[in-house]
Amino acid sequence: MKIREILDALGARLLTPDADLEVDVHAACGSDMMSDVLAYVKDQGVLLTGLNNPQVVRTADMMDMVCIVFVRGKVPGEGILELAAARDIAVLTTEKTMFSACGLLYEKGLRGGTSHV
Amino acid sequence: MSEAITLRYTVPGDDFTRAGEASADVKRNLKRMGVDREAVRKAAIALYEGEINLAIHAGGGEITVTLTPDTIVMLLEDHGPGIPDISLAMSEGWSTAPDEVRSLGFGAGMGLPNMKKYSDRFDIQSTVGVGTTIRMEVDLA
Repeated sequence: MKIREILDALGARLLTPDADLEVDVHAACGSDMMSDVLAYVKDQGVLLTGLNNPQVVRTADMMDMVCIVFVRGKVPGEGILELAAARDIAVLTTEKTMFSACGLLYEKGLRGGTSHV
Repeated sequence: MSEAITLRYTVPGDDFTRAGEASADVKRNLKRMGVDREAVRKAAIALYEGEINLAIHAGGGEITVTLTPDTIVMLLEDHGPGIPDISLAMSEGWSTAPDEVRSLGFGAGMGLPNMKKYSDRFDIQSTVGVGTTIRMEVDLA
């Protein structure tokens, strides 16, 4: 699934205008606990979260994730967006709740990753 | 590459928003040096968890990363309160982190287990009232 399709499926808004929306996303993870995200392993993933602080971007960066979706209409500050843009991570925001956003992406064929290292 | 390369960082204990800067820099440097991508990813994740722990629990600390021809060696040293029961601290889900840390997305009791999980070799030594030293090694492919 491409980032553009995630944007459409969630009725989301792109907050990093220079992001490449044609990048493929292979798996997703939804969590507000970054340590849980770090226990999950998969390249080119998308992180859905309601947490709004710089550690979200740092966590995504460490996991080689390519897209972050802020749920429940959360909009990160400029500093967070700049941090993400510098790492080529696309940032989206959607009014959908975590459950609904994950469900919509699952319905479109996106799956969770593996917990194996 | 025939000689070891060493990177050193001081992690502040009073600024959680900056925690992770050292790990990000290590990742960037190792990638630039052409180190195996999977090894870099494992090392960066393990180091990031350790860096968060230094900021949350230890009041800061020191990170030393050494790249040898076949291994990434990461040493984390602090002079924090120490860990009374290491085996308990290593169990998934066990945490002493305060609520304010949980509100920042950490403190789920996954830090040390994740560090061990992403390391090929992991050693932790801790003395209450003295501090904690963790050594992690990730083998290059």
